[in-house]
Amino acid sequence: MEGSLNMVGYGLAAIGPGVGIGLIFAAYINGVARQPEARSVLQGIAILGFALAEALAIIGIGLAFAL
Amino acid sequence: MIALPSSEEFHSPGPADFEFPPFVAGITKPMLIVVVGTILVGLFFWAATRRASIVPGKLQFAAEGFYGFVRNSIATDAIGREGIKYVPYLATAFAFLITMNIAGIVPFAQFPASARIAIPLFLALISWVIYNYVGIKRQGFGGYFKNMMFPAGVPAVIYPLLAPIEFLSTVVFRPITLTLRLTFNMFAGHLVLLLCILGGEFLLLHVGGLIGYSAGAVAILFGIVMTFFEGFVQLLQAYVFVLLSAIYIGGALTHDH
Repeated sequence: MEGSLNMVGYGLAAIGPGVGIGLIFAAYINGVARQPEARSVLQGIAILGFALAEALAIIGIGLAFAL
Repeated sequence: MIALPSSEEFHSPGPADFEFPPFVAGITKPMLIVVVGTILVGLFFWAATRRASIVPGKLQFAAEGFYGFVRNSIATDAIGREGIKYVPYLATAFAFLITMNIAGIVPFAQFPASARIAIPLFLALISWVIYNYVGIKRQGFGGYFKNMMFPAGVPAVIYPLLAPIEFLSTVVFRPITLTLRLTFNMFAGHLVLLLCILGGEFLLLHVGGLIGYSAGAVAILFGIVMTFFEGFVQLLQAYVFVLLSAIYIGGALTHDH
């Protein structure tokens, strides 16, 4: 087998954003379960938080290929 | 590792699969997708609004629904009532990005043109110019940077730490993250699809045997599932790009005091 160690590093690095995105959607589901009428407000915030946390994983894959 | 009975090696897909040889005179597949996609978006909105009537037809209803979605759940939610002014840009960017992204799962195109960094980069630069321009216009040059770097309600001790972070994040990192998020989402998604389909094809046709056929079938099935998932991600990422642009414009227009 051959390949780049970068990808192993990226796999490890993706744990962080993975946990973060899980926490964001856990909080979103909790919020909607407690207050279903707040869904439309929470959705935008959840997507925004998801996008910001995901940016880390995305920068990671960019660097994994670039370096 | 199980020794492969075939003499051929499997070459896993990589960044090289994103470089296309030109068809003719330097015209490549991504360029063709951009041009055709732009024409399709233009034709759609032209045909939908050509005979605009009070009681909309099917096409006009679709276009109005799209425009109304951008106006109500992106611009008005993220910017406020002033957001109406920015709906034309946001809706155009949204339609263009959806077309570019969804080309990744359209048969025969099958390449998300936004996986090439130039397209997200250029749109991110347009957003960058717009939100900085409206911010400076609204709050004045000094006021814009003062409100950005020295927000009220923060202890003065924090300012030396906060000001450079806020400045860098607003002026430098926002366009970079906008660009990279879209590019590498499309890049990674296309890579996963390539891996599933090419790997499945290799297992089915070149490895064979019990392991080859069963693993290949699973890989192809997973590739089909991932195609639908990619369609969802492509729509979501276009939405995220436009939503973040709207939030940045809204943040430049308002400040706390």
